[in-house]
Amino acid sequence: MTTWIEACGADDIDQEDVVRFDHEGRTFAIYRSPDDQYFATDGLCSHERIHLADGLVMDDIIECPKHNGRFSYKTGEARGAPVCINLKTYPIKVDGDRIMIGLGS
Amino acid sequence: MSDRAGIIIVGAGECGARAALTLREKGYEEPITLIGEEFQLPYERPPLSKQALLADSVPQPRAVLSEAAMEERAIRHIAGTTASAIDKTMKHVLLADARRLPYDKLLLTTGAVPRRLPNAPAGPRVRYLRTINDALALRPWIATGMHVAVLGGGFIGLEVAASARSRGAEVTVIESQERVLQRGVPDAVAEVINSLHRRNGVSVRCGVTVSAINIDDQSVSIDFQDGERLEADVLVVGIGAQPRTELAELADIAIDNGIAVNEYLETSVKDIYAAGDCCSFPHSLYDGRRLRLEAWRNAQDQGIVAALNMLGSACSYDCVPYFWSDQFDHTLQIAGLVGEGRMTVRRDIGDDAFILFHLDDEQRLVAASGIGPGNKIAKDMRLSEMLIAKRIAPPIEALATGGNLKSLLPRAG
Repeated sequence: MTTWIEACGADDIDQEDVVRFDHEGRTFAIYRSPDDQYFATDGLCSHERIHLADGLVMDDIIECPKHNGRFSYKTGEARGAPVCINLKTYPIKVDGDRIMIGLGS
Repeated sequence: MSDRAGIIIVGAGECGARAALTLREKGYEEPITLIGEEFQLPYERPPLSKQALLADSVPQPRAVLSEAAMEERAIRHIAGTTASAIDKTMKHVLLADARRLPYDKLLLTTGAVPRRLPNAPAGPRVRYLRTINDALALRPWIATGMHVAVLGGGFIGLEVAASARSRGAEVTVIESQERVLQRGVPDAVAEVINSLHRRNGVSVRCGVTVSAINIDDQSVSIDFQDGERLEADVLVVGIGAQPRTELAELADIAIDNGIAVNEYLETSVKDIYAAGDCCSFPHSLYDGRRLRLEAWRNAQDQGIVAALNMLGSACSYDCVPYFWSDQFDHTLQIAGLVGEGRMTVRRDIGDDAFILFHLDDEQRLVAASGIGPGNKIAKDMRLSEMLIAKRIAPPIEALATGGNLKSLLPRAG
């Protein structure tokens, strides 16, 4: 069952940017694409557990701030050295001006 | 898999492993052989001066290529041996254990070795840091109650100093130049590092001349020209590195501050390439001036480019030089060559982080250097790197005032 948790406000994330959301000891990264869609992935890089919210979003790619490993934030797919393990992604829904992340129970 | 000779990569570090991975990712189906003199699987070196020293338990090196990944990709790993010669006529590599391996193309990623201290006796109280075994051997010395003397205020020396101090050791950094990080790091950034170390209890002694180093089974003592003497338990030497070129020299491959390659990472001998710390290459951003870079990112990127070119591409290597270092809770990052700058613009990012933008005579961004806690400067540094690569001349105001650097990049479409 999916539980919807409020992650942030829609305007808390700039276009083509990312913010961090922590919940019950876990860290997530919430993204807003250039065309105003929202996405969510695990918040830590699968290479060295660096916060992806400090990284750079370009188009549909999040780049880790430390070693520049790349992922598609839409699919979680690892797209560039040194990362090779995909990120888990999470469903997002927009409820008014709030962004909700769907977490499994 | 065919019975062709395939590609041999001499050197199983980041660069060699990344090349092997790329060859398979791009569909190469012939044999790949990775030759490394260490017994370990290819592993990442940046943690050796940081996490590997800081960890409470004995660290495992972080593999670039696991055994399973190598098996899955049919990469043959010959560990614990060195290549002793290249037979260019027959296109064979001769190993130290007398094996002879044929190649279609050969990639040399032999790396670099720490520059040794002349006239200093070897022994457990003199330490260098390049391999996981070096890190493991250093760990017992960097504990509470130990006094660690670090010779050299460059990146390796300072990273070891920070780790050792964080583990409770008393630490003295000895640097002959007037300040730490004399090469490639601007004064303002070096000063922050200097203060950071002093604030954390490291004794940093710059502008001093060592007249003698005495090492015996019991202790280390360092005599300075001004008559002072420093006693320590161990001496860590971080006075630079030298490219490993012996194999190339033996094969009469051109050498010029490392194995000389062209922009495609080809050596002077057909079908032999070189990449990473061991090679020098002409860089198009700097009018073709020959550079040799000792940096993790360069090793990774050149491994990838060499692999692509061995497969028939003609990718010139023109990545912006990029370097980072973690010390205590701060990260220092440099993109481009600071020395190319003629004027500097400063951007403050919060109270304790800043970036210096270095511009040339035409006000094009040629380098950026910054420091701050955690990853505070990372995003802007990465964008700076992109601006440098595109030879952008950004408005000074936009750099100084903290506007979004992304908006300065030309966008596709």
